[in-house]
Amino acid sequence: MDLFTARNLIYKNYGPLSLTLRGSQSIGLTGPSGSGKTLFLRVLSDLDPYEGEIKLDNKSIISYFPPDWRKNVSLLPAESQWWHDTIGHHYAISCQQWLEKVGFAADVMNWQVSRLSTGEKQRLALVRLLCNKPQVLLLDEPTANLDKKNVHIVEELLHEYRKKNNAGLLWVSHDMDQLKQNTEMIYNMSDGKLEVML
Amino acid sequence: MNVVSLSYIDLLLASVLLFIQAGLSLWMKLGLSRRILIAGLRTTVQLLFIGVVLKTLFAHAGIGWLSLMAFVMLCAAGREILQRQKRRFAGIWGFGLGTLAMFISSFTITIVALLAIIQNRPWYTPQYAIPILGMMLGNTMNGISIGMDRLTSMAWQQRAVIENRLVLGHSWQEAISDIRRESITSGMIPIINAMSIAGLVSLPGMMTGQILAGNLPFEAAKYQILIMFMISGGTGLGTISAVWLGSRRLFDERQRLRLDRLKSREST
Repeated sequence: MDLFTARNLIYKNYGPLSLTLRGSQSIGLTGPSGSGKTLFLRVLSDLDPYEGEIKLDNKSIISYFPPDWRKNVSLLPAESQWWHDTIGHHYAISCQQWLEKVGFAADVMNWQVSRLSTGEKQRLALVRLLCNKPQVLLLDEPTANLDKKNVHIVEELLHEYRKKNNAGLLWVSHDMDQLKQNTEMIYNMSDGKLEVML
Repeated sequence: MNVVSLSYIDLLLASVLLFIQAGLSLWMKLGLSRRILIAGLRTTVQLLFIGVVLKTLFAHAGIGWLSLMAFVMLCAAGREILQRQKRRFAGIWGFGLGTLAMFISSFTITIVALLAIIQNRPWYTPQYAIPILGMMLGNTMNGISIGMDRLTSMAWQQRAVIENRLVLGHSWQEAISDIRRESITSGMIPIINAMSIAGLVSLPGMMTGQILAGNLPFEAAKYQILIMFMISGGTGLGTISAVWLGSRRLFDERQRLRLDRLKSREST
């Protein structure tokens, strides 16, 4: 059964777009800047108005309480945001195991946000999102600010999460090699239309 | 009561101050001269006009005319709130939100004060009702416009933070909570400060007026305390309702942040 379906989505002057994700499937999405990839992810996690039909587990988006939908179909923004002074205040529950996987010791919770590099923020933001146990992950250039070693770490973590939790991934990137390695199928978005690339 | 009556010559003398200010502005290229002179002219015309209106109104204490007057004052204050917003809500909400919040706070508190505290007969005696309502409107207007301006501009600036909170599964209330708290605080700080320094640095306007008009300072002080409490209550109630309603309007039924419901002043 399909985990996640979007049918005939129209937003702004994009679309109609349709997309289906099966459990533990990973799909890549690429395309020129301004082609509407980020907007597409925003619509899928219900951050922007749209017309069309979106379903998770065969249940319509309308039947979900909006915060619950976003916990299940979660967007990882290209740039993470932090609003409290310390890291720990941003986490609802402890996610020790994943923190260690992306290379942080337990005391990271007491760190000041201002101390972090962009790359560290990006890794911590991913863990923060995974804590919610989303069924579908919408990743907007998840490794854009990372060095080679950390790109690898994050790719591993996403792979493991997807397999363990039977989660679907929609992975936006400009790096075709990365998409080929990490996704089963790649779409290209241009002029507000989706085409299968690979 | 023996009041020293002011002649037009006296006012003309005082207006020299404005001309000096305008001249200075011209000389320093502040670009304020025109605005100073227009504001001064408005003050003169509006106050003399209201003087005439009130004179008539006091002579015929009908509740109909009083309501009309109150309504005009409310609309003028609502318009003023709108003018002070850098980013206002589009459509009827822009004017409606602030005006509604002001109505809820100022009118309720003025009516309660007239009925329960001042207890005139009839309770709407214009000589009391109009100045008190005016003072309430003027002060709640400040709180509401500061609070709303703060709310919309912070939501605009912190859009990324709000939406990052939403994608983490926060409700709209949680996502806007910090901004809401800060907006309400900044709306209420002026009146809290005014209460803290009342009488120490300067005498509040109404008390000054009563003393100049020959009232006993102690009586004037009691009135001022009453007014301060009312203004504080009104500002709090008004700011909280405006910021609450405004923050609700920033999100739609799917709890999406809808900044497209705001428009900046430049684009109007």
